[in-house]
Amino acid sequence: MTQTHPFVEIRHAQKSYGKLEVLKDISLTVERGQIVAIIGPSGSGKSTLLRAINDLDPLTAGEVWLDGLQVNKSLPHRQYEKHINEMRQQIGMVFQHFNLFPHLTVRENVTMAPKLLKKITDKEADTLAEEQLDHVGMLERIDYYPSQLSGGQKQRVAIARALAMKPKLMLFDEATSALDPELVEEVNLVMKKLAEEHMTMIIVTHEMDFAASVCDRVIFMDKGLVVEEGPPELVFKNPTQERTQAFLRKHLEGAK
Amino acid sequence: MDVELILKVYPYFLKAAVITVELSVLTTILGLICGALGTTARLSRFAIVRFLGAAYVSLFRGTPALIQLFLLYFGGPQIGIQLDAFSAGVIGLGLNIGAYMTETMRGAIISVDEGQGEAARTLGLSRAQSFRKVVLPQAMRLMIRPLGVNINAQIKGTALVSAISVVELTYTAQRYIGSTYKPFEMFFLAGILYLAIITITGKGVAYLDRRARLQ
Repeated sequence: MTQTHPFVEIRHAQKSYGKLEVLKDISLTVERGQIVAIIGPSGSGKSTLLRAINDLDPLTAGEVWLDGLQVNKSLPHRQYEKHINEMRQQIGMVFQHFNLFPHLTVRENVTMAPKLLKKITDKEADTLAEEQLDHVGMLERIDYYPSQLSGGQKQRVAIARALAMKPKLMLFDEATSALDPELVEEVNLVMKKLAEEHMTMIIVTHEMDFAASVCDRVIFMDKGLVVEEGPPELVFKNPTQERTQAFLRKHLEGAK
Repeated sequence: MDVELILKVYPYFLKAAVITVELSVLTTILGLICGALGTTARLSRFAIVRFLGAAYVSLFRGTPALIQLFLLYFGGPQIGIQLDAFSAGVIGLGLNIGAYMTETMRGAIISVDEGQGEAARTLGLSRAQSFRKVVLPQAMRLMIRPLGVNINAQIKGTALVSAISVVELTYTAQRYIGSTYKPFEMFFLAGILYLAIITITGKGVAYLDRRARLQ
């Protein structure tokens, strides 16, 4: 048990659709409690990489490990299904378009998976929902339907839904990209709160300011490769690679 | 129009309408079962099962329902299938409408946003759980109206079984024409009764649809 391994490890990840190579041999590690931002132009493969971590987009080659267990283990179909469901329970994911379940209330959105998978009682589920929703400041909307919420509120509920499974790792796939600018902050605040609680997070984002203020490390990807990585102050202030410089220049101009 | 004649024969037509309703109900049930099975097959992860589902749909949608009924009722005994006319009617029409329902159900299921299943799977739900708890409830809402359209077509389709001498509405109308020589009155009366059945069914479907939307 004293064996040390990186908390999250991606080894030689490759992904291609036919001839199109989306990920070309990516390796990286994330330590427990670390917060890592993945930035890069669209089409750089950053979302694909994130979605490979919980095997939503299976890799063509390469391995993903979480806390000493291989996520994308090759197993016969049935065994694999059981394995991946167990792994995914430990990996929370937040999507750009929230993907809340529209036919369920906020409470039911949060409690459905724990009820089904952890066999908790209705009372425990209610307590859990209240806890998690309070955490993201959405307790007073507990019996609303998603359609009655703003984008920012939806995303906060989606975060609570993911946290209700008590994951070890949280993945954020452009969690604020679909939001009106004035709603971005409330979601960022929740993410900052998680950061303060030392949740391990991998965040695909377009928001350089947020990445700079919250993350321990920034990974710049382009054309399926990690071009540059390091602490935000280095990557943002003194990028060594030309492609990073070009991207940041363009992005900062765009932001003005 | 001979109203007196209509008033005289309508009780017999009402009885025939009951047969039409029975046919419709049984056909709908069988159709829904076939539709559910067909959809399951069409969405299977095994290519051979998907192929069987697709073959079922194209076979039954690609040939006239009347031919299917004739094949079953008249051709059946040749290959050892002995059915009375009513059963042949239910089975033939049920299989036929099931093919349409397969496409309706499949269409509703695949039009549920992909992100829904993804979100469920991400939480750790199995394929079956994610389908049952997340995708299907949303697909159900989407399929009520188009299934209503299928059922509407299928109720009118029951008229076809008059061709294999099931004594339902259309057959009854034809029989009374033989004795009264009043085709206008007889078909008019039958038409009114079909309209009544269809209207009531339509209201039922609209009610279910409204209720599903409110949930």
